[in-house]
Amino acid sequence: MERELRLMKGNEAVAEAAIRAGADGYFGYPITPQSEILEYLMEANPYTTTGMVVLQAESEIAAINMVYGGAGCGKKVMTSSSSPGISLKQEGITYMAGAELPCVVVNVVRGGPGLGTIQPSQSDYFQAVKGGGHGDYHLIVLAPASVQEMADFVGLGFDLAFKYRNPVMILSDGAIGQMMEKVWLSPQKERSKTVPGWATTGKPAGRERNIITSLELDPDRQEVFNRKLVVKYNEIRANEVRCEEFSCEDAEYLMVAYGTSARVCQKAVELARAQGIKAGLLRPITLFPFPSAPINKLAEKVRLILTVEMSAGQMIEDVLLSVSGKVPVYHYGRMGGVVPTPDEVVDCLKTKIIGG
Amino acid sequence: MKEITGMKEIIKPENLVYKKSELLTENIMHYCPGCGHSTTHRILAEVLEEEGLRHDAIGVSPVGCSVFLYNYIDIDWQEAAHGRAPAVATGIKRLMPEKFVFTYQGDGDLAAIGTSETIHSCNRGENIMIIFINNGIYGMTGGQMAPTTLPGMKSSTSPYGRDVSIMGNPLKMTDIVATLPGTYYVTRQSVHTPVNVRRTKRAIRKAVQYQKLNKGTCFIEIVSNCPSGWKMTPVQSNKWMEENMFPFYPLGDLKTPEEQPAN
Repeated sequence: MERELRLMKGNEAVAEAAIRAGADGYFGYPITPQSEILEYLMEANPYTTTGMVVLQAESEIAAINMVYGGAGCGKKVMTSSSSPGISLKQEGITYMAGAELPCVVVNVVRGGPGLGTIQPSQSDYFQAVKGGGHGDYHLIVLAPASVQEMADFVGLGFDLAFKYRNPVMILSDGAIGQMMEKVWLSPQKERSKTVPGWATTGKPAGRERNIITSLELDPDRQEVFNRKLVVKYNEIRANEVRCEEFSCEDAEYLMVAYGTSARVCQKAVELARAQGIKAGLLRPITLFPFPSAPINKLAEKVRLILTVEMSAGQMIEDVLLSVSGKVPVYHYGRMGGVVPTPDEVVDCLKTKIIGG
Repeated sequence: MKEITGMKEIIKPENLVYKKSELLTENIMHYCPGCGHSTTHRILAEVLEEEGLRHDAIGVSPVGCSVFLYNYIDIDWQEAAHGRAPAVATGIKRLMPEKFVFTYQGDGDLAAIGTSETIHSCNRGENIMIIFINNGIYGMTGGQMAPTTLPGMKSSTSPYGRDVSIMGNPLKMTDIVATLPGTYYVTRQSVHTPVNVRRTKRAIRKAVQYQKLNKGTCFIEIVSNCPSGWKMTPVQSNKWMEENMFPFYPLGDLKTPEEQPAN
């Protein structure tokens, strides 16, 4: 079967990609700006074609716990929400990290804190990358910058989630979720007929009972488990870093930005170069694991780094750690649901940083 | 030695009147003496064994005294976050509809922090069994007031007795879920006497059979004691339960399939 070219919103692409990736279940709750994911799936009614279960839960808390139940059975299950709803899911997410359950969680980020706005933002970086819920854990965090990546990262997310038995978050934003672009959709994959050995499927004769839990009363045994997680996260750091470079070969000024900000910065690099400023862009595609080594390498040859985020400056902390003080690191950000223009990024670089 | 040999002659299949369920593991239960949890675990294991579900049951254990239920019954288990068991069970049953899926929850778990999950899973008519142990107290955390604590009843967070004008009234969750169209069988039982144990076992067996019909949620409340939390001996606690809990939480069926309109 051939790939198919469609014009879709990012949210719709996530939904269609989930069906085509052979997902077994989706559990969600409406919240702007991501409700199209649930709406699309309800309309597509994949239960009648692939057998994929789609259910609207009574809350984000219930939805993530339905995901927990399905994931515990070894099924490919996912949920999606936007910032306030993702906060509600944090309990379930940390339990899943603690029980080592695979799943895909999509966050179509909007401005915060609190109820905030419904416009695109990147203010949930800390929550997604540094934990969000309680306890020492990491999600694998993928940051799409196009509708194509919204679609592609669903399948990639499931692959990584099952490879590492770890929840995966697709950290998108209201712009990527709402905008329409052409997208190449993968052919329909069949739903898996087998489940991993750890899954609760009803205990057959001859195997020990499978228990999905994150509970341990003995601190020494808990520490052994914590160390096991550290080993896993280090393996993820070693194997799964993904990033993309634009015009970095001769760059003197390096921008670091992900998602929507990276698209803005790509244009800003072109505008800056037209004015004789040798700018480049590194776009992290994985936020955990963070592309520290590539940024550290580029820090050897650039004069400074400018991080551009739709936040008060969150990813900048990981950039600072990556460069170890080799070059100055500046932040330019818009907040509250405001998307920066390429011109203001260039202006900031030119007048405030280089000229300042 | 002769006596032991004699015992072996007596212990023969034809003389057997009772044996431990094969589904009960060798782990020693951590419950306080006289607690209803261990009895309920035993009859649950017996029903699962007798109904041939040892390879087809997936249980969801709660947060509370029965958090380690998965150590005692030899089936596959998922441990849910506090109150979330019905949502976890929903995820399991929707994706594994051919399996027997159930939750086992206490009153704090089911009727306080998990109120939303309980009501909505019952209202959707999820084809699961919910076993609800109501002892009117938070046992594991040391005897705090529960949503089901009786008016005037003392606990570590209502040391002068539950003052309903300040702390609100006890919640009769079982009465609430019985009104929901999604529930198929709702009953309130106890396990403090042999006859009540038999009735509860029968209720669990009915819930197992009803789940096969895909008609909706089966909800079994078991009014139970908490000798440690109530600061009583097991015998005193059972008496207190009969005199105080049962008038407020009367035993019996609240909803049976026979009473439902045929469809």
